[in-house]
Amino acid sequence: MLVSVVKKLVRSVGVLLVVSFATFVLMYGNGPGIARGVLGTRASEADVRAEVVRLGLDKPLLVQYGDWLKGVVTGNLGDSFFTGQSVTSALSSRVPVTLTLIVLSLLLTAVASVLLGVAAAVRGGWIDRVVQFLSVLGAAVPAFIIAIGLVFAFAVSVRLLPATGYVSPDQSVSGWLKSVTLPVIALLIGSIANAAAQFRGAVLDTLSQDFVRTLRARGIPESRVVFRHVLRNAAGPGLTALSLQTLGLIGGAVIIEQVFALPGLGDLSNTSAQKGDVPLVMGCVLVTIVVVLVVNLLGDLVTAAVNPKARTR
Amino acid sequence: MTTTPPLETAVLVQAAAKRRSLFRRLITNPQGAVCLVFLLFVLFLGLSSSWLAPHGPNVTDLNAVNASPFSSGHLLGADSTGRDILSRLMWGTRQTLLACVVVLVVSMVLGVTSGLAAGFYRGRVDAVLNWVSDVVMSTPGVILLIALYARTGSNVVAAMAVFGLIVAPSYFRLVRSVVIGVRGELYVDAAKVVGLSDLRIVGRHVLWAVRAPVVIQSSFVLAAGIAMEAGLGFLGLSNPAKASWGGVLQEAFGNIYNNKAGVLWPALLISLTVLALVLLGNALRDVLQSSAHSRTLSPRRRRELTRQAQEQRQSTTADPAATPADTVLSIRGLRIGYPDGENSVREVVHGVDLDVRRGEIHGLVGESGSGKSQIAFSTLGILPREAVVLGGSIVLDGKDLLADDQQLYAARGRRIAYVPQEPMSNLDPCFTVGAQLTHGLRAVKKTSKQEAERELLRLLARVGIKDPERVFRQYPHEISGGMAQRVLICGAVASDPDLIVADEPTTALDVTVQAEVLELLRELRDERGLAVILVTHNLGVVADICDTVSVMHDGHIVERSDVDALFESPAEDYTRELLSSARRVEIAEV
Repeated sequence: MLVSVVKKLVRSVGVLLVVSFATFVLMYGNGPGIARGVLGTRASEADVRAEVVRLGLDKPLLVQYGDWLKGVVTGNLGDSFFTGQSVTSALSSRVPVTLTLIVLSLLLTAVASVLLGVAAAVRGGWIDRVVQFLSVLGAAVPAFIIAIGLVFAFAVSVRLLPATGYVSPDQSVSGWLKSVTLPVIALLIGSIANAAAQFRGAVLDTLSQDFVRTLRARGIPESRVVFRHVLRNAAGPGLTALSLQTLGLIGGAVIIEQVFALPGLGDLSNTSAQKGDVPLVMGCVLVTIVVVLVVNLLGDLVTAAVNPKARTR
Repeated sequence: MTTTPPLETAVLVQAAAKRRSLFRRLITNPQGAVCLVFLLFVLFLGLSSSWLAPHGPNVTDLNAVNASPFSSGHLLGADSTGRDILSRLMWGTRQTLLACVVVLVVSMVLGVTSGLAAGFYRGRVDAVLNWVSDVVMSTPGVILLIALYARTGSNVVAAMAVFGLIVAPSYFRLVRSVVIGVRGELYVDAAKVVGLSDLRIVGRHVLWAVRAPVVIQSSFVLAAGIAMEAGLGFLGLSNPAKASWGGVLQEAFGNIYNNKAGVLWPALLISLTVLALVLLGNALRDVLQSSAHSRTLSPRRRRELTRQAQEQRQSTTADPAATPADTVLSIRGLRIGYPDGENSVREVVHGVDLDVRRGEIHGLVGESGSGKSQIAFSTLGILPREAVVLGGSIVLDGKDLLADDQQLYAARGRRIAYVPQEPMSNLDPCFTVGAQLTHGLRAVKKTSKQEAERELLRLLARVGIKDPERVFRQYPHEISGGMAQRVLICGAVASDPDLIVADEPTTALDVTVQAEVLELLRELRDERGLAVILVTHNLGVVADICDTVSVMHDGHIVERSDVDALFESPAEDYTRELLSSARRVEIAEV
């Protein structure tokens, strides 16, 4: 058990290094370009050269990446090229917003997709057809379009919920709930559609296995066969699907923040990228990779907890 | 786990061979046709923009600021600076088309070639490519594309090329699995023997097989690409000088309180196009797998058949004198069928009669596919979901289990117990042996947990498990097949049933263990006066343990007698054939 956790941890760190290095090279590959972005288009060549040296962009890329990595370990991700604010402090106010959306969506997706997936697989018939139809529809329409539709319906036409802005839960819990309701619903529709279809498949696979027949033959009522045995066996593949969902959720959240004017990671990375504030963008990339890897790792751990066979692998 | 279900290679190869008719079938599939027409319309909008668009993409008309839809000269209205929305969407379609081409080319080239290489060469190439694919798949795409903007500025080609790289693993995994399937097939081996070079094998045989699933996948990749391009445009990362769907949407959304309708058009265009591509992909998949689709019975037809069987039961009253007093279970006229299409059913068991008396071990013997397992399953109500009982009765204590589900549930596990064929797959891998045995026993018998555990431990020792306490705490994957079969027998007899239905209980076991398990069944019969229906294809097992035997052939019972009589003087030709072929196998094995 411990061995497999350590193995997965090592693999995650490997992925983190590869992806962050690739991004780093992409972003920092053009030092003079970055410096010109900071100084503006009218700056002289000499000023640009001086700025490159000041920002440390003249060093070899590998050295720059090494410095950045050292910073990651010590919790110092550098400072904004424009405001001088430290990247970590900029992130600390933004990450909770995006994380709220993703964690809420993941949890609600898990609950809803298990219920829908089980209902569709076990009951079959019209429930199955409705779930299948909705999952195609929900998965096809991009989350930000759904978000715009929700704003249209609940904020512009009816004015039931706020269209924009974020209220921190320290200020007002009800205000916080109201401010995240529409964004979370927008994210949920696509993500439930995807995950419910995956769960349905996992439950159907399990239902067709021999031991289910034997359990039924032993006189165990169908509801207990499903909820005690089938669900637990289907949990593994279902959780894998769910943790793969995280990537889609992050992507969706980043664009949706724009719709609802939420001050989260998406907004930060977008404005920083448009300005050319490379350290901030790099910080956002780092956080998202870490979130993805942590969720995947948690998914593996939960799978191992419900499935004894996965523990030995 | 892939998002695309694995496709059967056989179906694909067959489908690829019928390529010409594929297009025709797609057109006659309403969903496919509608999607295709819509997508062609969008394509036409884009290609014709330079001569059909009413205005240039950036022409402002100050008189038309926030013009409402269907106003003169502006069919879909105009935006906050008076630019015509229809024209901008038409011009924007060009950006979308460009994005589509780039995504498709990059992801296909990378994904298909790496998938071909990994599937064809396996080994180290496969391992490395798999790792790369895993890394790419855990890359947060949108954030990376936003980051890319800091380097390249608004550049559709660069952004979509990177997105192509990110979605390439979907092709990689698909192609790899298809190639591994095809590679295992004989004709590739034959091609190798004939001496074709790797490249020609890939070109001639493997690419052919991979084509259909790649076409389906492309539909989904294009949908994702369009959604992504629009999303980036909406974030303000597209070139403001060029119209794009996402850009139009962003502008309109910022202006939503002044011109509500402006949001509608780009949002509709984007979501309908993406939806059309996804539905087209599904339609393609349906067309390719249409043969697999028609194998489910319509619910109406199923109810009809079940009702007919029930009416027939009520009209024919059983004759109690026909069955001896110590009969435990008696089957009369049992007919079982499987769907052949939406309305037709193929009968696989044609009116079978069978009786089993207390203390009798009755062998049900026949070759595979003769319907013997179907009979075993139907006594327990555990036929596969698609099976239909077309008629007949299964009577236990004068009550017909087929006529009344409540009787069946009351008997199942309590009066009739089941010993399956394959011991390892019949234990739930997620629970310890003890947990699932206790769970099963307590479902049918009112007893405390401790009492149930004590009883089961005693019984485990009785069925020949050396260290019951330890096995009780173990998971199924930690015990041997022989032990698992003993555990299953223990689970079957724990509730003290009258009848055990054993479906090939020794087939999956080693020869030495087989004899022990048969001996155990015989002992349990003697101790408890059990009746046993033993389904088997092995005449040796029949000779060893059975008292009476029924021979099944093609869904009929062709002969029924005592075991000794059967082996000495078989009455039917088929039985003689079965006996002589069994002898031949024995001789061959010696």
